[in-house]
Amino acid sequence: MTTVRTAVGESKTMILNMGPQHPSTHGVLRVVLELDGETVVKARPDIGYLHTGIEKSGEALTYSQAITLTDRLDYLAPLSNNLCYCLAVEKLLAIEPPPRAKYVRVLLTELTRIASHLVWVGSHAIDLGAMSVFLYCFREREEILNIFEMVSGQRMMTSYFRIGGLALEPPPGWLDRVDHFLRIFPSRLAEYENLLTENRIWLARTKGVGVISAENAIALGVTGPVLRSTGVAYDVRRAFPYSGYEEFQFDIPTSTDGDCYARYLLRVAEMRESVKIVRQAMEKLPAEGPIKADAPGIVPPQREKMKTEMEALIYHFKIFTEGFAPPPGEVYQAIESPRGELGFFVASDGSPKPYRMKVRAPSFVNLQALPMLVEGRLLADVVACIGTIDIILGEVDR
Amino acid sequence: MTEKADVDPNPIVTKLRDWEPRAVAEVIAFRGETTIVIPREFLRGAAEYLAVAPELDFKLLSDITGVDRFPVEPRFELNYHLVSITHGVRVRLRVRVPEIDPVAESVTPVWPTANWHEREIFDLFGVRFEGHPDLTRILLPDNWEGYPLRKDYPTEGSR
Repeated sequence: MTTVRTAVGESKTMILNMGPQHPSTHGVLRVVLELDGETVVKARPDIGYLHTGIEKSGEALTYSQAITLTDRLDYLAPLSNNLCYCLAVEKLLAIEPPPRAKYVRVLLTELTRIASHLVWVGSHAIDLGAMSVFLYCFREREEILNIFEMVSGQRMMTSYFRIGGLALEPPPGWLDRVDHFLRIFPSRLAEYENLLTENRIWLARTKGVGVISAENAIALGVTGPVLRSTGVAYDVRRAFPYSGYEEFQFDIPTSTDGDCYARYLLRVAEMRESVKIVRQAMEKLPAEGPIKADAPGIVPPQREKMKTEMEALIYHFKIFTEGFAPPPGEVYQAIESPRGELGFFVASDGSPKPYRMKVRAPSFVNLQALPMLVEGRLLADVVACIGTIDIILGEVDR
Repeated sequence: MTEKADVDPNPIVTKLRDWEPRAVAEVIAFRGETTIVIPREFLRGAAEYLAVAPELDFKLLSDITGVDRFPVEPRFELNYHLVSITHGVRVRLRVRVPEIDPVAESVTPVWPTANWHEREIFDLFGVRFEGHPDLTRILLPDNWEGYPLRKDYPTEGSR
């Protein structure tokens, strides 16, 4: 507690504990707030309540087994995590997935981005008091999760991308489902915008709230929509393309306002861009072709071959009993997850288990900017600012 | 895996050498990524140079990763992943820290984002950072004993 000098004399500040059980902290974030009346003097995020030691667990599993851990980091964008990890291990092994697998990966990760942004728009709106948007957003998200279930068998913990390609051949008719979604989605997006974009309460709660400058954002390592809201067009898909993104035409929406409202508009615009990318991926996707790289000893052989070829049977047995050993070395692979730059640093010592698997979680880094966004503002704005960073505690605490 | 340092054409390495020849101990090129190994005492200076020099402009520190090379000495490895948004380049700095004196200079004054990364490494590896504004545990409770990401810390069971 400290004494602060105000216009009407001296006053004492108060410490207020927000979270870890608080509906607007999106999980188990605790923020220790120092308040002067209703103004936030100081904010200190306290994290770690969801720490499960994912990085340590990864060191005890084989490279293929560790994929299942990645789903549990950012549980709103499991396919982005799968993709980033698989790309990192593929870089370590110097193998390349076939084109068909690449386009399916791009298609599904962009759908993941839409699903994740939908949860964000919905939950951010509910935080600020707009209940109905939440229900609409979850309706469309459900459709995307149905596509994931159709393709991988799982709605959320997909583990669908594997080292060297995909787990399964996508089922017939799945592209019709995607096409159907793409046809209805733009009009649904217009519906949410009708509810929010020019809503006076929404504007009052978000416009000019949580402003950050480009210089400060870069210094704090902030990436993703929060950085782009300050006018810096840094998107890993464009800056360091991966998985064939250099072939796609899309815009990187930016704004120079740097406030919560700008970040809302950017995420809506990003969903539109993702729709464009999914369309292009559908057009580029070859109808026939392998979905796994030709890398014996790393990628499990086809079931048919196992019945006729001795070698395939041996590889199958070896991959699932002891795994495969990449050459010693370290790689860092970054992708643009819905929240910013997601990176995997994978170190190999030549054994079948990762020597070190470090996750560069965008939420963890972006959360550091919270004190800068809220200090000097009202207590009610803290809720808007936590929401606008779009944190997922699963990947903050790992 | 390891290229001879003096034939490496990487302009970042050349610039760093021009700034201080002793700052580059080794250059590792692997899978298209460049790792510059820097002696511990030059870390802070090199960080400032890389962040400020306009032709390099590594303003974004994307990540710091600790690695425990137990039982090899120097035991700990700190990897700094830098991004230059203006030039579209990535580079990795590596500093090796021995077990008997697990201390490195903090780069938080250069890149404020290093604050939480360094706290995480302190929390999970027990490497201390000199000049850090608030070096406390970040993920584990304050009264936790041991450093879980060290290789001599078991994955399962009691210690």
